[in-house]
Amino acid sequence: MTWEIVVGIETHAQLLTKSKIFSGAATAFGAAPNTQASGVDIALPGVLPVLNQRAVELAIRFGLAVGGQISRRSIFARKNYFYPDSPKGYQISQYELPIVQGGSITIGVGESEKRIRLTRAHLEEDAGKSLHEDFHGMSGIDLNRAGTPLLEIVSEPDLRSAAEAVAYAKTLHALVRWIEVCDGNMQEGSFRCDANVSVRRAGETRLGTRCEIKNLNSFRFMEQAIDFEAKRQMEILEGGGRIEQETRLYDPDRNETRSMRTKEDAQDYRYFPDPDLLPLVITEQMIEDARRSMPEPPSAKRATYQLLGVSAETVEALLANVDMGKFFESMSQEIRLYGAIPKDQASQVIASAANTTVSSLSSRISDWGSVLATWPDLAREMALIELYVSLGKISSVAAKEARDAVLAREGSVDEVIKKRGLEQLSDAGALESLVDEVLAANAKQVADYRAGRQKAFNSLVGQVMKATRGKANPAQVNEILRSKLGR
Amino acid sequence: MLNATLAELASALAAKRISGVELTKLFLARIAALNGTLNAFITVDEERSLADARAADALRARGEGGALTGIPIAHKDIYCTRGIRTTCGSRMLANFVSPYDAHVIERFAAARAVLLGKTNMDEFAMGSSNETSYFAPVRNPWDLQRVPGGSSGGSAAAVAARMTPAATGTDTGGSIRQPAALAGISGLKPTYGAVSRYGMVAFASSLDQGGPLAKSAADLALLMNAMAGHDTRDSTSVERPAEDYTRSLGHSLAGLRIGLPREYFAAGVEPDVLARVRETVAWFESQGARPVEIGLRNTRLAVPVYYVLALAEASSNLSRFDGVRYGHRTSDPYDLLDLYRRTRAEGFGAEVKRRILLGTYVLSHGYYDAYYLQAQKVRRLIAQDFAQAYRECDVIMGPTAPGTAFPIGAKSADPVQMYLGDIFTVPASLAGLPALSVPCGFDSRGLPVGLQITGNHFAEATLLGVAHRYQQAHDWHLRVPKETPL
Repeated sequence: MTWEIVVGIETHAQLLTKSKIFSGAATAFGAAPNTQASGVDIALPGVLPVLNQRAVELAIRFGLAVGGQISRRSIFARKNYFYPDSPKGYQISQYELPIVQGGSITIGVGESEKRIRLTRAHLEEDAGKSLHEDFHGMSGIDLNRAGTPLLEIVSEPDLRSAAEAVAYAKTLHALVRWIEVCDGNMQEGSFRCDANVSVRRAGETRLGTRCEIKNLNSFRFMEQAIDFEAKRQMEILEGGGRIEQETRLYDPDRNETRSMRTKEDAQDYRYFPDPDLLPLVITEQMIEDARRSMPEPPSAKRATYQLLGVSAETVEALLANVDMGKFFESMSQEIRLYGAIPKDQASQVIASAANTTVSSLSSRISDWGSVLATWPDLAREMALIELYVSLGKISSVAAKEARDAVLAREGSVDEVIKKRGLEQLSDAGALESLVDEVLAANAKQVADYRAGRQKAFNSLVGQVMKATRGKANPAQVNEILRSKLGR
Repeated sequence: MLNATLAELASALAAKRISGVELTKLFLARIAALNGTLNAFITVDEERSLADARAADALRARGEGGALTGIPIAHKDIYCTRGIRTTCGSRMLANFVSPYDAHVIERFAAARAVLLGKTNMDEFAMGSSNETSYFAPVRNPWDLQRVPGGSSGGSAAAVAARMTPAATGTDTGGSIRQPAALAGISGLKPTYGAVSRYGMVAFASSLDQGGPLAKSAADLALLMNAMAGHDTRDSTSVERPAEDYTRSLGHSLAGLRIGLPREYFAAGVEPDVLARVRETVAWFESQGARPVEIGLRNTRLAVPVYYVLALAEASSNLSRFDGVRYGHRTSDPYDLLDLYRRTRAEGFGAEVKRRILLGTYVLSHGYYDAYYLQAQKVRRLIAQDFAQAYRECDVIMGPTAPGTAFPIGAKSADPVQMYLGDIFTVPASLAGLPALSVPCGFDSRGLPVGLQITGNHFAEATLLGVAHRYQQAHDWHLRVPKETPL
């Protein structure tokens, strides 16, 4: 029996605002419990929500980036339920009229591309956190996160495997980071995905009964959870059973999904328009402003890099790892700003910087984010090395040594080159006398070469390089030797 | 002094015939003498009041201050006041001390008025008789066996008994106008959005509106100058230039077109009430106003629509009272559900529970379209009725309530009968229109009758001007209740 897996993903992306969606309290992660909760966030009697316009701008930006429709009028609704980390007893969300409708995300599937449709993206507030440990059988409530602005991004059930689901999640993750609407920090919960998984027999057009899988806090867990869940459903169906619509929790320790609640337990949220908030009206001007302030999206970057001659594989690597991509962008900015290099040569240097970043640097740097945050000069240093190679100041062999030394904090590129004597010997006069010395000391090889043995020439080059401790420009050495030996 | 208008008090203070401290002591003494009988105040903080008064006197001594500086004002216990408990008439908040002041409280503080105390009210403003208060019913100064109306019954009784020169209230479906009518005083519900709801404990957010209660329309105008105005903390607060609500107080009545809705002069209204209102309209006619018969054909739907929408919103607004962060919490809950159930069972009274249940019901899956959505549609029809009517008239007059003050307990067993008493006040609430009630005589039992004047959006100044002309020629509003002589 062949089965088809059908997956849709719901993503909660925390919007990069300084303050909460309906209050002035800060949204920074990691503060002491309840120190970032205002009267609105703890739902004192009489307080009222006031919409953070920045959250609206970021939602519009996202909508434009995915080619969705920006609703000129959208409505905030109350989702009513009781839980201690939901201080009002309702969550303010968007229900019938979301701010973004439609749009799509293009993912790479093997060699080809696939367009995944989005259903909607809507604004809502996050809940607080319940802390069940450390309180001797009681629970603690931390409302710092309550009211943090979220964009809930819902895909259509267009994904056909766990791998496609992960590709979608990664592409979306890179997108929201590149356009700077979300920091994408999955550990801190800034980017959270739930997967709606169902299976159906190949050729069937109707959707099967789905289960929603929660707690997918890494891409790896997402892949494992979807695979497990699909297999679970197939086994039930093959055994003649029925899938019950339910919410299931993924347990990464045991690599399985477990039922959290069934459809029968589903709450009636009694959605209704929030009378404390007016309908959200979006003007053409707001959309135009969002368009103008939009950072270059990955699709545009891809085209730019490819024009520079960066290989497709390297481009995808740079776009997928946003921090690494940003590091590369800083390097390429430094290269462009470097005066002593013609423009067409700069493009070549940038392409080579891309390769260096993806190959040499990524094997040494694992946490690009912390490099960006704590070592702002590193991109300039690495750019200088690329430039020096291009200008013939150091050899590519010396470049590798210089990178390692800079990364080992031995000093700046210039200091390291000086200290380690890495500068290429390009002084023709000095090289010529060195070649003369080598020729004089190696009469046998000279004779062999003249007798037609090419190997002897290579040996002579090696001798010269050895004498300069590798600093000579090999092309230049070749040229001088050839002219001295008279072919 | 006890029966003086705000303008008279201000000039006495300015002329140093009395100090703010003396005035405050006068009213504190009056409260001490009468509150045991009337139960109009839940909380009185003499030290705080006197501190406010001293600060106001210091300001006036420097030749500064405004119309309300040094004048005692009582506030409905629905407005959050920092440092003084805000109970909302409920056991749920019996010990709740707000860490912040409501916008209205801030405004009166900025005017250097004296905070005289917090007045009794129906629990969470849910009631028309002040009988649902956790702090026991308020008694009507005109007849101690009768209700003062509600939900701002404490404010109305306090003004009527001259325990305070003026008070604030809130009005969701008539909670300022109806107690003003039943207690023989003046009360204004402003246009929705004119007064910030920030710091007002929410009952029904799309209807709640703060407003003043006082002896006269001229006093209401002075209070509105302090209370009204845009507030960025309330998204439904309307952004418009500040206005002087006293600006139309001297205006002539000649040519004023008075709309008289057929539906407001119908069966079900007590004959004495109808008679007083007709006499009042006749007086306006004698002053050059022109009565116009109009139709507000969806009036009969207003009460059901109101009770669907208001209770739907209330059921959600009151969810925050869960015993987790503040307010009443049950003792020794064995789990979370038990904490919620017993906290709310103990903290809320019967009427509040009834309304939460009804509101939850109309929002429930499968009922939402039939109740909530349908009610929203009818609400628009009711607003359209008014819009149509204001093409033919400038103001609309009618009785504020179908009857005068009723005996305590008379309607407690029959909520529907109680709700139907709101028939003339809820339409303006649903349409977001300003409306005021002024005393226009007495029934055969000597109980005050209220005249309701409704205007178009932001026509408060016109309403106050019309009412003021009437009060210049009549003294109903200056009569002191017989149970609480000066």
